Amino acid sequence: MSNENLLAPGHRGCAGCCDAIAAKFVLEAIGSDCVVCSPTGCLEVFTTPYPESSWKVPWIHSLFDNAGAIAAGMETALKAMGKKGDTKVVVIAGDGATFDIGLQCISGAFERGHDIVYICIDNEAYMNTGVQRSAATPMFASTTTSPSGSVSYGNPTLKKDMPAILAAHGSPYVATASISYAPDFIRKVKKAASTGGPTYVQVHAPCCTGWGFDGSKTIEIGRLAVETALMPLYEMEGREITRVKKIKNRKPVDEYLRMQKRFSHLFSDASGKEVIKKIQGMADWNAKHYGLE
Amino acid sequence: MKKMKVVEGAYAVAHAAKVCKPHVICAYPITPQTHIAECLSQFKADGELTGESINVESEFAALSCLIGASAIGARTYSATSSQGLAMMHEALFNASGMRFPIVITVVNRAMSAPINIWNDHQDSISQRDTGWIQLYAENVQEAADMTAQAYKIAENKNVLMPAMVCMDGFILSHVFEPVVLLEQDITDDFLPPYDPEYYLDPKNPMTFGALGDPSVYTEYRYLQDKAMENALEVIEKTSMEFNDMYGRYYGGLIDGYRLDDAEIVIAAMGSIIGTLKDTVDELRTEGIIAGILKIRSFRPFPKKEVRRIAKGAGIIVAIDKNISLGTGEGALCTEIKACLHSAGIDTPVFGSMLGHGGRDVSKEVIEKLVYRAGDMMKHGLKEENEFTDLRRELL
Repeated sequence: MSNENLLAPGHRGCAGCCDAIAAKFVLEAIGSDCVVCSPTGCLEVFTTPYPESSWKVPWIHSLFDNAGAIAAGMETALKAMGKKGDTKVVVIAGDGATFDIGLQCISGAFERGHDIVYICIDNEAYMNTGVQRSAATPMFASTTTSPSGSVSYGNPTLKKDMPAILAAHGSPYVATASISYAPDFIRKVKKAASTGGPTYVQVHAPCCTGWGFDGSKTIEIGRLAVETALMPLYEMEGREITRVKKIKNRKPVDEYLRMQKRFSHLFSDASGKEVIKKIQGMADWNAKHYGLE
Repeated sequence: MKKMKVVEGAYAVAHAAKVCKPHVICAYPITPQTHIAECLSQFKADGELTGESINVESEFAALSCLIGASAIGARTYSATSSQGLAMMHEALFNASGMRFPIVITVVNRAMSAPINIWNDHQDSISQRDTGWIQLYAENVQEAADMTAQAYKIAENKNVLMPAMVCMDGFILSHVFEPVVLLEQDITDDFLPPYDPEYYLDPKNPMTFGALGDPSVYTEYRYLQDKAMENALEVIEKTSMEFNDMYGRYYGGLIDGYRLDDAEIVIAAMGSIIGTLKDTVDELRTEGIIAGILKIRSFRPFPKKEVRRIAKGAGIIVAIDKNISLGTGEGALCTEIKACLHSAGIDTPVFGSMLGHGGRDVSKEVIEKLVYRAGDMMKHGLKEENEFTDLRRELL
């Protein structure tokens, strides 16, 4: 691991920002021989207010919805110009740009088999613009476009299974990770980079601003997501799950939920208990399906 | 005499793109495409293409890939039409804002609805304000030659703006004409390799596409407009350099046909210029003194040249294969009026919209138009617009 911080401090991320932590780890894992593309999102905004930039690696932001294609073009150009060598082409994107608006360009890039490493920093909603729901938002989380209310328990849909979608594209390596398990995350990014071909690492990243908790709790909440089995950590090779992070002494989901404002509506009256039971059911399903215990 | 070959317009343009040696080309094959993408794929399959090609999933991805490639320092190429160009819209602004000298061929076709695959200029005109140089070709040879010229203009250090070479769908793209295919050796001399000052390189990290807040955003736009202004001179110069090396000249920003003494000046863009020339020749035998102002560069717009020609004319007839709905006129007409008015030139401008959705423009339609312009001059009418080829029986 290099000692150099390739994402310079002094950026404008919130105190306790999950994006900054995740991006720093990604660059630690990849090293300086890379070109990075980030689609529109918090990371782009707080790291590059002109004329400042936190990026000590070559970096481009084009649009919200085209990071997959930008990366494909960069990789192809490096090859065509005889400059590819060991240089890694990396996307560091948010969940909205990945699960929703950028999906078509990602699908194209993965289907064609470009040598790119795609990192999705998954903080489970559109945080840059005011905490709107994305396809990565978990069921029953309250966001500004899926608010809880007298007839609503928040987001009514299940989180989209992006890792499975990209594994189905034939990606040789797909993994989920958490910023709270840094060595595991860094190992997975390194493996994604060394595997070659389009690879995907989705890193769970609690957002203090969007989820509603104190910035000092970012890592703790991320750890609870894993310990409750709401965020299973696994690796896929050739469409098969080849490795999972086992959980010792799985914790009940309400330990995770009660620390976040986005789930506070579940604790305000008796009916919320039934919803928490459903969420516990999802965690139980994860534990069984992924063999976490 | 150089050796000519009878080829399809799409082939001539694809060949021109090939000899410009782009590092990366990509095009989506539909919505709609022409044979340009297929010809380039065949060149690649036959080992004739020096660069890489990407079979992308949409036109939006096509242009986005080129933006990524251009950021690495590559020369890039794509081709599209109508809906495909509209789908690129968001990325068009982005390529221009980041000053990537990407070149694309726009095979001009109508916009849906109603769905219609035939020629008009609504597609490229609708992208007028995206910050792309727009050049319009009269014939297949010019479309091919303009491709090499477009790279030289776009990559000029004082310009660094992307460029569209616009050629009429079917009328030029699908027609077989005798052309001189651009020679590789001459093109290598005319167009040296792209040598950007700024590109993404791990050895010298730079940040592209940073956030521009209100304290800096205006200056980006100002500098883009300055670059367009610089392009005015570069387009003229490049046309002459092209002539010196290849022996073909089509005018610079504009071209004129029998303009010296013309009372009625017909301004137009694209393949219609050929029909206009024939018609003007015939009208002159009847004593009608008409001439043609061919607009080669719509962006940047050649204000100075248009004003010079308008000053000596009795009337300008502006022909548009497009309409800005809600103004009752086409973009060229509005543009000419604005540039004359701001210079205090009161030559009347008669706006004619025709040839939409591929409707054939015959000599008879042009003659009717010129007679009408003559009447306007006689009666001192200042301004009028019409759909010249409207089928009133369908209304």
